[in-house]
Amino acid sequence: MGTNDIKQSSNDHLTTPTRLTGAEIVWATLVGEGVTTVFGYPGGAILPVYDALRKFPIHHVLVRHEQGASHMADGYARASGQVGVAMATSGPGATNLVTGIATAMLDSIPMVCITGNVSSKVLGTDAFQEIDITGITLPVTKHNFLVNRTEDIAPALRHAFQIAQSGRPGPVLVDITKDAQQGTAIFDFAAAKPRAYRPHPMLRVEDSALAQAAELIRNAKRPIILAGHGVSESGAMEQVRTLAERAQIPVTLTLLGLGAFPASHALNMGMMGMHGEAWVNQAIQEADLLIACGMRFDDRVTGTVATYATKAKKIHIEVDPAEINKNIKVDVALVGDLREVLEQLLPRIAGRDGSAWLKTIDSSKGAAAVRDIKNLPDLGHLYAAHVMHDLWRITGGNAIVVTDVGQHQMWEAQYFHHERPRTLITSGGLGTMGFALPAAIGAKFACPDKEVWVVAGDGGFQMTAAELSTIVQEKIKINIAIINNGYLGMVRQWQEFFYGGNYESTPLVSPDFVKLADAHGIQGRAVSTRAQVAGAVESARSAPGTFLLNFMVEKEESVYPMIPAGASLHEMIRRPGHDPLLESPDDK
Amino acid sequence: MLHTFVAYVEDLPGVLTRVASLFRRLNINIISLTVGRSERPGLSRLTLVCEASAEAGHRIRASLYKLENVVDVDDIAGAPAVTRELALIKVAATPRNRSQIFDLVEVFRARIVDLTSESLMIEMTGVESKIEGLIEVLREDEGRILEICRSGKLTMRRGHHTSGVLKAMGAKTEDNADADNEPAEIAKERAVVEPE
Ligand SMILES: Cc1ncc(C[n+]2csc(CCOP(=O)(O)OP(=O)(O)O)c2C)c(N)n1
Ligand SMILES: [Mg+2]
Repeated sequence: MGTNDIKQSSNDHLTTPTRLTGAEIVWATLVGEGVTTVFGYPGGAILPVYDALRKFPIHHVLVRHEQGASHMADGYARASGQVGVAMATSGPGATNLVTGIATAMLDSIPMVCITGNVSSKVLGTDAFQEIDITGITLPVTKHNFLVNRTEDIAPALRHAFQIAQSGRPGPVLVDITKDAQQGTAIFDFAAAKPRAYRPHPMLRVEDSALAQAAELIRNAKRPIILAGHGVSESGAMEQVRTLAERAQIPVTLTLLGLGAFPASHALNMGMMGMHGEAWVNQAIQEADLLIACGMRFDDRVTGTVATYATKAKKIHIEVDPAEINKNIKVDVALVGDLREVLEQLLPRIAGRDGSAWLKTIDSSKGAAAVRDIKNLPDLGHLYAAHVMHDLWRITGGNAIVVTDVGQHQMWEAQYFHHERPRTLITSGGLGTMGFALPAAIGAKFACPDKEVWVVAGDGGFQMTAAELSTIVQEKIKINIAIINNGYLGMVRQWQEFFYGGNYESTPLVSPDFVKLADAHGIQGRAVSTRAQVAGAVESARSAPGTFLLNFMVEKEESVYPMIPAGASLHEMIRRPGHDPLLESPDDK
Repeated sequence: MLHTFVAYVEDLPGVLTRVASLFRRLNINIISLTVGRSERPGLSRLTLVCEASAEAGHRIRASLYKLENVVDVDDIAGAPAVTRELALIKVAATPRNRSQIFDLVEVFRARIVDLTSESLMIEMTGVESKIEGLIEVLREDEGRILEICRSGKLTMRRGHHTSGVLKAMGAKTEDNADADNEPAEIAKERAVVEPE
């Protein structure tokens, strides 16, 4: 017996227990949790929920593929720090969400996915579009729920929001049978509150460990802070900065850490790992102390662990006890929320003179900057590095950049300098091609006033290009930069380096992306020389609607430097020796 | 090395899958797993034995705790504990050769719990090696063993300490393989010798 005017008196049912249908309870609970936007796609098993939507103050974004819904919810969460919500029907709708759920899982993104399922009476009978989505998503969610009673919907959803955001965040799926959506129950938002959050019992920040960490920092000659995604997840930007400045310790970032420490800061060395600068990785190998903050020593960061930073003592500050000593054995573990731990540690940290080590690092840069492609003069070629560099300059680094996966992703990380957290959104852990466009849509909904750029390869863009229609239907403005090299470039690079240049299945035919945009009613322009870059970027920015730029870049350029997978951090493939070159005038 | 975990989990559908799935994901083979009701209402208690490196214990315990339905996890490691297994063994035996088996059962302190003209069933409780010993002797006669059913291991710490008590005392249960960190009362109990 649904009420008709829940939208008008939208808060009454949140304070007064009211009898609602399960479908209404879904929306009412989402409203109570502060949700304003849901990304989804309807179908038979979730129809009751969709039918009730118009009564609630929630905006539903109709996606073109459910993978888009989960990536949008993910992008929304990454940009805002709030839980993103995706919705899909049973069977194929639910399975299409999976790639996006796994992407969120590997990058610890708070997300709640709601799926419909067949009626509880036919569960387990292979009914039409029945699939065991809680079984399928078990290893790629923090937790999931199968709800088959109306009265369980609100508690399950509220619990899902708690789990998604607490501790190390992650995706949670709530699968609701159709009969549970159709039934009625008393909706009591307050009573549906989950049990008190139970922190992981193995969190431990001992006084002795804090003292030991402070002692290591005091005595270190060559310390480095390794800052990861946990810095922004825990909101510890200030604390990391204070630690670095007070003790004069240089900071290097993981891919997902970019933005958590200002790129322009004198102590920022930039990105570490597979495509980090050689001198950064060299410094890690030479360090006598690593202070790992909210990062997990991923293999893309360590290279072979046997030779990783063997001279260094290691302090690991991490919220997930299961990460301690997983990849790299550490000397001091401070297991807790990064910001809280640093708050406890900072009073024990005194000023320190770090100049000798900083000078050593600085001198080890050598000719790296000169060989940097961004400093090549304009020889008529268009390099992706140029595009990223110009994009950074022109936007003043103020945009949210959402990248796909491949070479362009690494060039973005190298040449777009992020000053603030949540300004780079990228799939690091799973490396999911097709992520950028939908995640950018999600980010735009989270931050409607921010300038949002998609940076995608010609390959990955085609994986989710159908979401261009979503952009048009939703009338949102984002800017799209396709780095079009005619190849699955990152794979081509591996083939060049490690498979004798056998370019098997990597050359790629694409549609004319500008025409594709046009077919959607989206403006676009192709760019093939560096001279055109700035003008094109400006036109995109000033256009009222979404604008697509198709950058026809050098086809067989590779990302340098590079640590081959499984090699040591100091065994990098350096940039090929271009002639020493002048800085291009507009780099200033 | 062999790790033994005792865990309290919520008694809900699918919880066992979550536990088993974790071990599958970590590529660790579960050697023995027993689950049943516990003294805590709504919670099942499981004993899980697996083979993994010594360092893996910490991560397994931490990962178990990350499962939403897992309430308590105790890594028994080297702590003093009692471990038992139950086996039911059906053997072919006619009235003429029964007495030989009766003698065996006597020696192994097992029990006969069913008897027909062609077979009998032995119930045996004990440590794994004892059960294995009985099975080995029975195997000496080819074709004698008709069926074996084993429960897997049940483990309980000695003394009055439970994982819940250890937690209340603020003790570092996950480090108990490391004698330095062991609560004194527990260390004392290492002296207790298993009576068998
Ligand atoms: C869904 C998915 N499939 C395959 C891969 C493997 N992969 C990683 S990078 C890459 C090439 C990407 O090509 P493109 O999108 O054109 O970007 P580029 O590297 O050329 O910049 C591929 C195929 C992946 N990361 N994700
Ligand atoms: Mg490409």
